[in-house]
Order: sequence, then C-alpha cells, then structure tokens
Amino acid sequence: MDVLKKVPVREQDAKVRGANFEEVCLGYNKEEAMEEAARCINCKNAQCIKGCPVAINIPGFIEQVKEGNMEAAYRVISESSALPAVCGRVCPQESQCEGKCIRGIKGEPVSIGKLERFVADWARENEIKPEGAREKKNKKVAVIGSGPAGLTCAGDLARMGYDVTIFEALHEAGGVLVYGIPEFRLPKEDVVLKEIENVKSLGVTIETNVVVGKSVTIDELMEEEGFDAVFIGSGAGLPKFMGIPGEQSNGVFSANEYLTRSNLMKAFREDSDTPIMKGKEIAVVGGGNVAMDAARTALRLGAKVHIVYRRSEEELPARVEEVHHAKEEGIIFDLLTNPVEILADENGWVCGMKCIRMELGEPDASGRRRPVEVPGSEFVMDVDMVIMSLGTSPNPLISSTTAGLETNRWKCIVADEEHGKTTKEGVYAGGDAVTGAATVILAMGAGKAAAQGIDEYLSR
Amino acid sequence: MYKILQAKKLTTNIFLMVVRAERVAKSCQPGQFIIVRMDEDGERIPLTICDYDREQGTVTIVFQTVGAATQKMSALQAGDCFHDFVGPLGCPSEFVKEDMESLKKKKMLFVAGGVGTAPVYPQVKWLHENGIDADVIVGAKTKDLLILEKEMEDVAGNLFITTDDGSYGRSGMVTQTIKDLVEEGRKYDVCVAIGPMIMMKFVCKMTEELHIPTIVSLNPIMVDGTGMCGACRVTVGGEVKFACVDGPEFDGHKVDFDQAMKRQQIYKTEEGRAFLKAKEGDTHHGGCGNCGGND
Repeated sequence: MDVLKKVPVREQDAKVRGANFEEVCLGYNKEEAMEEAARCINCKNAQCIKGCPVAINIPGFIEQVKEGNMEAAYRVISESSALPAVCGRVCPQESQCEGKCIRGIKGEPVSIGKLERFVADWARENEIKPEGAREKKNKKVAVIGSGPAGLTCAGDLARMGYDVTIFEALHEAGGVLVYGIPEFRLPKEDVVLKEIENVKSLGVTIETNVVVGKSVTIDELMEEEGFDAVFIGSGAGLPKFMGIPGEQSNGVFSANEYLTRSNLMKAFREDSDTPIMKGKEIAVVGGGNVAMDAARTALRLGAKVHIVYRRSEEELPARVEEVHHAKEEGIIFDLLTNPVEILADENGWVCGMKCIRMELGEPDASGRRRPVEVPGSEFVMDVDMVIMSLGTSPNPLISSTTAGLETNRWKCIVADEEHGKTTKEGVYAGGDAVTGAATVILAMGAGKAAAQGIDEYLSR
Repeated sequence: MYKILQAKKLTTNIFLMVVRAERVAKSCQPGQFIIVRMDEDGERIPLTICDYDREQGTVTIVFQTVGAATQKMSALQAGDCFHDFVGPLGCPSEFVKEDMESLKKKKMLFVAGGVGTAPVYPQVKWLHENGIDADVIVGAKTKDLLILEKEMEDVAGNLFITTDDGSYGRSGMVTQTIKDLVEEGRKYDVCVAIGPMIMMKFVCKMTEELHIPTIVSLNPIMVDGTGMCGACRVTVGGEVKFACVDGPEFDGHKVDFDQAMKRQQIYKTEEGRAFLKAKEGDTHHGGCGNCGGND
C-alpha cells in the first residue's frame, strides 16, 4: 500500500449510475476504513480540527477507527456533530479538514470525510443512538427551519437539556437535505431520515407545515407560546433569474423548482403524483453545486445536459468531486458561455437558447477574472428546456414580520459571527438566512455556535 | 393530520370542506391561500380560503375538480383527514391594512367568476363585519354552477348575478354587468376581480377603459408556496413577481395576462395536454391539478 495515497473508495460505474438514482459513492467497508485510519499520524496540534466548522475531534475518532472501536469513534463525532452521515457525504472536505491535513503536504490527505461517513453508517446499521441530556432545564427554545442549521442547533440544545421545538414550513423535515440534494448524493430514507430520527430521539419535537411569519410570528411564539429563545435557520430563499428575454417561457425552471419536484416530491419515481418535465436536450445555467445536482438529475431522467457557465473551469464554484462526477457521467461543459435570450415556439415553449462567448478580463471585486463578452460571437444552443441555477436571494417572510430584526443591504438577517445573536433580544440566527447561499457544514457550524449563544443567554 | 369536519358538494364539480387547522384559522386573512396534500405521496395543491372560524379553529376550503388529484380529493368525507394543510400563504388583501376611515369612503366592486366566488366571499364578509357594504357581481356559466349565493347575499351590499346562458339573474358575461352598472350611474373607486384568468383579463380591459383601479388574484402553478421554487412567477408592470410571496393579489392593469395564460393554458387545452404528456412522459399522471388528468 502507498501511504501517500488515500485508500480508494468504491463508486458505482459512471455508465450504470447515469441511469439510476442510487448513491454514486459506495463508501468504505470496515477493513478499508481501518486501513485508511492508519494513515492518520495523530498530530498533537491537529490542523484538521481547525478546518472543521463544528470542530470535530478528528484525530480522536480516527484513532478509534484504527483500533476497530467504531462505537467509541461514533461517540467522539457525536460530541460535535448531529449529522455525521450527511457531512461525511456532502462537506467540501478538500477546503476544510482535509485541506489542512499534514499528510496532504506530501501526498494525499487522510480521507476524513469517507471515514466520518463510514463511522456514521456503521452506527446506524448497529442502531447506536446519540446520548440525550441528563437533566432538564425547563426552558423552551423554538427553532425555525429543519435544515442543517436548525437540526444542529436543536440537537445541541436538546443535549444541554432544553425543551426544543422545530417549526418546518414544508411537509417534511430536513430542509435542503430533503428538497435540494439529490438521492444519488444523499439517500433520504437511509441517511437523512435516520439522522433526523436521531435528533428527535434527543427529545426534539418537529412540527411540520408551519410557515413562521405567516402561520405564527416570532413575537407570538415568544409571548403567547412561551418560548424563551428563538433560532432562525430558515435557509436561502427565492431563486434568482437572469432577467433576459424569454425567461418566462414554458420549460424554464429554477434549479430549486426542478430539484424540489424531483427530491422532495419524488417526481423522479414513476409512481409520484407530482410531474417533472423531461427535456431532450437541456441547458443548466450556473456552475455551483446546485447546478451540478440539477444537471445530474436531468441526465438520470434521460436528457442530454449542458452546463452553461460564463467563466472558465477554474472558477466553477462547485466542489471538484461534483464536477468530476458530472463529467464522468457525460455532462457537457459549455464554459465561457453566457445566455442572452431564451427562444420560444408559438405555444410559448422553449425551443432554443441564444448565447454569447465570453473571455476573461481583469479581476473583479470577488478577485476572480471578470468575464467579458466576445463581440459578434452569438450562437443558438438547440435546447428544449433551461434550468436556472444562479443562487438565491433572501426570503422576506420572517424579516418582514418580526419587528426589531435587522437585515443588511442584501436583505440577509444581521447576526454576530460568534453566536449568531441578532438585533432582537433572545433571537439568534444562522445558516443561509444570514450568509446567503453557502454549504451544509457552514450552516451546521452556525447552528452550533447559536446553540452556545442561546445557552449562555438563557443561563444568565 | 388535519380532520375534515364537513364535506359538501356545491355543484357537479365544486366542493366545500371545513377542516380543522388551528394555526391557519388563527392567523389567516382575506386574500390568502393554503396548500394541502391528501396523503403521504400526494401532490401539493394550492387552494383558496373561503371562510375561517378563529374560535372553532377551522378553515373552509372550496375547490373545483380539474385533474386526477382534485378528483380523488372530492371523494373525501367528514371524518377523513388531509395529511398536510399549510398556511396561510401569500399576502392579505391590501384593504385589511388600510386606514378604516379612508376605506369607509371607498366604494368597492367585487367581480367573482365561477369557483372564484369562494376567495371573494371572505373579503366581502370582512368588509361587512367592519361596516362596509361592497357591491358584488357573481358570474357563472349557468344557474347550476352558481355557488355561495345565499352566503354572499348576507354580506354583500348589492349582489348582481349573471349567467352566460341567461338561465339565472342577468344574462351575459361579468364585463357586461360592470358596464351596465356604471352606465346605470354607479361609481366605483376600486374593483377586485377573481376568477378564471381569461375573465380577469377582460375585466381589467373593461375597468381600464372605465378608469377603475383593479386588483386581481392569480393562481398559477406552484410547488412549495413559500417563495422557494419560483414556478409561480408572473410579470407585473415589467417586473418578475412570485405569486406566492409577492401576491397572490396584484394590480390587474399591470399583469401580463397573455404570458400568465400561456404558462397556465398549456395544462388546460387539448393540445397542451398532449404536448405536456410528450414533454413529461410517464412522470405526468394528471396529478398536476391543472391538466384534466386522465378523464
């Protein structure tokens, strides 16, 4: 074995998986996990922990895996994370824990994500549950949103002994883990549902079908329903569109709509009541993880799929692993290309997309080289469906119905970095509602920090 | 689970149900809507709030069977439950927040078409309870398709009924009645029109000529109803709006009805259905609530 390289992880073959919704990555078995764990040199001043937004004791759990003590490894992870099976699958480890791994200086870093996933899956298969609180604090906390921020915050508070209720707007708990990330990257029944059950087993109540700001306001929760503190983890919000002609044509969808139909409403299954459009040739506009998810979903539904992105490959915001998987599966990358108009037939359906070629100019405010149009380079892509994956803007439902809750000029909720404290007493916030669209693990980090802040506030 | 306390057939294809949904009943206002799911695998279907009882914790919904899903839903009886019932969604009608004194000075005209009578009712009722009598025009294809006549009569200032075929009340389209009323010398400061898209389009054309500001309530295709999916986008005054969070009520003189109808019509015409079947293939089972399903 080459100690400089990760123990390779088994995956479904690209040709096979392109036609199914089963998980792409198959994960390690016990032997592979122990072999990979042996690569960890157990640094005294572990950099990987600093790279983890929820500060999991990484060398601590890997040490246990090395010895084959999987339950002990799970206990170490559970001290810091409520959703290890999720994080092991969707965290951008390359820029976090693994990005800091000393092994990575000369060779490949330890495969921390795959090890975390293995431990979490092992615990689930062996029905090991996280440990709940020993004492009750007799104080009530409301958590708005059951996505990664809300679940983490709720789990941590429940373990501290608080009485926690999560309010979820949709009919199912999980937030982006359920409506956004597809089955082939994050299985719902086996992984997401089980992690949510773990959070519930800590004593957390989840009330679905409650749109805070509409069904009930934060003030009502605090004044009439007796909640002593509130955490807002309501997520990203409204999908953005480009504002180009033809964008309201039939067959233009936001990635949110497309993914919600497929993931939450299970439209990819033949027996679902909810329809989803299967295009023949599709353009997905955007280059983030959500764009990759939408493109790979469309591919599995039988379409020929293009990713259309205005910058070059280097600037793609998606994780390297996602881009790699998308390419393997046959997604076509049309880089340095920007749509200027969507063409529709006489019935109002998409029949093409007019694009212009781009080239990279001087760096812009984000530090990335600004894409500029190449004059006269317009051409028409022959597509019958377009998915816009351009990010989101904050949902005003909560901020517009809560007096004293300040938002910034991007309409995101203002919250301090340390504990997510907002401008309203007893109200904390974190995740995409504060930062704008980011990652699952950053939202979890914010949920965790807010749980600490709420504990300090309620212990005063 | 949300229990159905009462289920009633209003016409051959319009149904009324009273559902226990305490949070919705406590906070809903005229102009808002809800989303239901019949069972665990059901589609999310946006529906109109027709009435609510804050003390009993109940909400009354009215719907028309248009596809396989609503057809299935119409078979529910008192004692059955909805798996999910969420709301209230959308913004309340603007007058709810208006200064009562200035509101009392306004003469309002409501124009309801078909099943659109249901969302008009709580608005007129709210005004009535606040001491304001509004005139109401209710239009239906024929007498048998008229709903909530008695209820509306109790809360409306003047109620004008018109049927397309002249089988009851006045004869002709609602636009004709609007014109007649104005010619009879009635003056209106604002009009609220709710009904089929094509009716709202022509009402707006008429009221524009008559210089009566007009509000319409749109019910485009929706998935989540909280702003997340963007399926319900409509162009209003050249700007893209989401009916679920910015609406459902908009300035009718600014709505791009032709585009909105194109986005909706495709599910409703014969060619549209066939086209959709070709586009959505086996994943389209008629459960969209719009296409007419397999019937």
